Amino acid sequence: MTMPLFLAALAIYAASGLCVLVPALLNYRKQSAHLANLLGLLGTLAGSLTGLCALILAPAGTESFQAPFGLPFGSFALSLDGLSRIFLFPVFGLGLLCAVQGYTSLRHERPSQHNLGAHWLFYLLLLLGLCLVLTARDIVLFLVSWEIMSLAPFFLIDFNDGDSRVRDASWVYLVAAHLGAVALLAFFVLFWQLTGHTAWQAGTALSLSETSRNLLFLLALVGFGAKAGLAPMHIWLPEAHPAAPSHVSALLSGAMINAGLYGIIRTVSLLADHARPPEWWGWLILAAGLGTALMGMLKALAQSNVKRLLAYSSVENMGIMTMGLGCALIGQSLGHGWMALAGLCACLLHMLNHACFKGLLFMAAGEVLHATGTVNMAQLGGLAKKMPVLAVCFATGAAAIACLPPFNGFAGELTLALSLLDGSSLATTERQMLLLLHFAGLCAISGLALALYAKAFGMVFLGQARSGFAENVQTQSWHSLWPLILLALGCLLLGLLASPVFSQIATSVTGLFPLENLTGFARAKASIGRSLMLTGLIAGLVILAVGAVMLLRKKMLHKRGIRFMPTWACGYQGGNSRIQYTDASFTEPLARLLGPLMGLKVSQSQDKGLFPRSAQLLVKAPERLRRAVYGPLFAGIESVCNALKIFQHGKIHLYILYILVTVIGLLIWGLMSN
Amino acid sequence: MTQLFLYLLNLLLALLLAPLLFGIINRTKAIIAGRHGKPLLQSYYDLAKLCQKSEVISPTTGLFFQLAPALQLIVALAALTLLPLGANASPIAFAGDFLLAAYLLGLGRFSLILAALDTGSSFEGMGASREATFSALAEPIFFLAITVITGLHLDLGATQDQAFSLSLLFGGQSAGAWLSGNFELLLLPVVFFLLLLVENCRIPVDDPTTHLELTMIHEVMILDHSGPNLALILYAQSLKLWFFASLVAGLLVPDLGALSSILWIAVIFLVACAIGLVEASMARLRLKRVTTFLGGACAMAALVLIFSQMR
Repeated sequence: MTMPLFLAALAIYAASGLCVLVPALLNYRKQSAHLANLLGLLGTLAGSLTGLCALILAPAGTESFQAPFGLPFGSFALSLDGLSRIFLFPVFGLGLLCAVQGYTSLRHERPSQHNLGAHWLFYLLLLLGLCLVLTARDIVLFLVSWEIMSLAPFFLIDFNDGDSRVRDASWVYLVAAHLGAVALLAFFVLFWQLTGHTAWQAGTALSLSETSRNLLFLLALVGFGAKAGLAPMHIWLPEAHPAAPSHVSALLSGAMINAGLYGIIRTVSLLADHARPPEWWGWLILAAGLGTALMGMLKALAQSNVKRLLAYSSVENMGIMTMGLGCALIGQSLGHGWMALAGLCACLLHMLNHACFKGLLFMAAGEVLHATGTVNMAQLGGLAKKMPVLAVCFATGAAAIACLPPFNGFAGELTLALSLLDGSSLATTERQMLLLLHFAGLCAISGLALALYAKAFGMVFLGQARSGFAENVQTQSWHSLWPLILLALGCLLLGLLASPVFSQIATSVTGLFPLENLTGFARAKASIGRSLMLTGLIAGLVILAVGAVMLLRKKMLHKRGIRFMPTWACGYQGGNSRIQYTDASFTEPLARLLGPLMGLKVSQSQDKGLFPRSAQLLVKAPERLRRAVYGPLFAGIESVCNALKIFQHGKIHLYILYILVTVIGLLIWGLMSN
Repeated sequence: MTQLFLYLLNLLLALLLAPLLFGIINRTKAIIAGRHGKPLLQSYYDLAKLCQKSEVISPTTGLFFQLAPALQLIVALAALTLLPLGANASPIAFAGDFLLAAYLLGLGRFSLILAALDTGSSFEGMGASREATFSALAEPIFFLAITVITGLHLDLGATQDQAFSLSLLFGGQSAGAWLSGNFELLLLPVVFFLLLLVENCRIPVDDPTTHLELTMIHEVMILDHSGPNLALILYAQSLKLWFFASLVAGLLVPDLGALSSILWIAVIFLVACAIGLVEASMARLRLKRVTTFLGGACAMAALVLIFSQMR
């Protein structure tokens, strides 16, 4: 009986949204800003905790709710099932922690510049919209909540609207969100047209023909893919995430883009409807996933802004989750239980893990920005000395996202790898080779991920300060970091206890796809659960053993002591912190190899002559898609629209002429057809 | 019970004999160069000496620098215990343990890279950057080679939970496969040997004996470590070398009961001799050419994959 609790959470969100509306409408004053900040935090805390209670009390099982809607079509139908619950976890969990983080960082904002009431209103609306999207079982309700969920981030991203780049970024987000929504609108209208009702539940798509199913699938892939950030529709992510305040980036990246993935899974499950989906759906999703992941990884490697890097890495992780879904569909359509179960669980497990470590990393980046004033790696360095707790949190997130044990990223990677490797047991050589090549692609990504996060962490936190930004740090007490500490602990615990999480997910999803009937399902569930359990066990032992070795070393050094001498500089003296390796030099060997793929632009200028004085080397990685494809496309659309302006000139007598011409035209048409 | 006993015996032997591999490599090189060379047990003397020293640490460094060596040792040890040493299945074998072994080694590498960056030296940054690059490029090759064997065992009728475990892949059955006619599999030990050269920073990828910091990869990363920490790193390195040499042995030695344990160790020593031969006869490649070297290994792995899947 958790539906009432869930509804209570929704009601609390809505009510506190109304409460913060009051200070939002007041003048920008200190008191009203404080009030808004406090009200927003309390509302989010109450709502999210209630929601989390609903999820924890019953992690599986289906419950429905129906209420009158007030519109001539559609109904207010909500339902909590296994899939919805899994996706709601990051919404409530991250919603809670990001709110706490946001509260502490917003306290320092000047109330004259920002309307905090409005900020919290849209924050609450985003959470409300997300909850509704994930539980709506009616297409009209779904579209309405999708629109709430898509619109609210625009105002959240646009927080620092004094900056033209931020305005540009939020604009890009808005356009991308609505282009995706166009595809979704077409999808739902077609769905409605074909099935004849607005229910968004299992059993509704039974009457559809093969062609219309395929068409609907493609439309959904484009519409939801734009939200999930599948390439080439990802370009809004690297713009929006760096521009938004960090707690918003964390929530968008950890919880909102998952809604795209949820949409794809839900649609596929409804369209396949307990039959086997066409095999090519799986291949298309798998290939899209690998392409997205590779592209995201290569672009992330080229970035020197930490938040931009994290945004591209969200694209990459979305790609990995999508690969899992692709495997699940292929396995299901060919009747391979091992592959299907492992793929689907990998997708969902990685989604949960990603929410945890990406939220952590974005918040940590926010703390860095707050303490130093920049997130440009070339200007940072040596922060681990000044902010050790933050450094350990960031390092945990970095190791987790690079899929290293003992942290949680590894569990998803392992499950996905087991799914892809089962490709060898498929029917034809082509299928086997394709899946194994995808596996090699996944491994290439994880290899590069290690380099990427070693760079991200090393350049920001290790070595010496590269500029005044990193030298003059405004340190905060570590008490304000507890959302980060909780998430870091979450990364560790989800890694050590991946096995029960896996079993829970495996039980939850079986209602969605008919996996139990497939051969090898039971063995897969038991065996992968055992793998994850042993992984957690070994990882735990590794942690203990490392502690033991450290103690041993301390004991050995106890009498002899440690001497401190400057870093060995190979005989050279007088080096300064600016000769340290920077992010660009760290990736230089990879860039030499993969530069064209990473889209690097290197410009070099140097004095000519025998004794050059000044020299400059600039390495940039602009988003080529935006410049080469979307820019010209929208410029073209704009010029067409401008050309149409000759009809819209503001002269009323000519407008009346248009009406006359239209009426006469209709008259003639009517007469002709008679 | 005897299996477990044999396994533990092999593990003990691995832990004891691992530093000897460096001695064998150096002795081989010395013999070819016509020198007498260092004593075979030099690595043991080095380790003992380092353990008795105190440490000199840069004040720039912090927690991550001091943590790396211990982590390095433990992950190498953990990866080793996942292997079927001497063709005896590991007691903690599970589906996907090869991934855990590889990622544990990755964790060690990650920590060592961070430790190098922690010193703030541009030389160590350079080493860290190269290590990250080459290991990133080597990773897909390693797994491509693994997929060949998993595919083989799935075809031979193993279930998924068995076929995705190192204990089956390198436990002697694979040798049975090439002995019974799948000769393309003999390319795999070559691929793993090339990967060994890359991952353990041997010539032609890296030169462990060079004394010019600009040209080094692994050695430059540990320039600032001293005393017990350096001992931990050196010992971890020898365990890692034993791990990779075991992969070659696991593919070559068939399952012959207790005899295969002796054969394993013999093959591992032979691999060390082969490393010595390569080092005596080749120079270090230019950094640009290392990618070509890795490309060759990748092509070889892909070739075996195609051959074995076509069958």
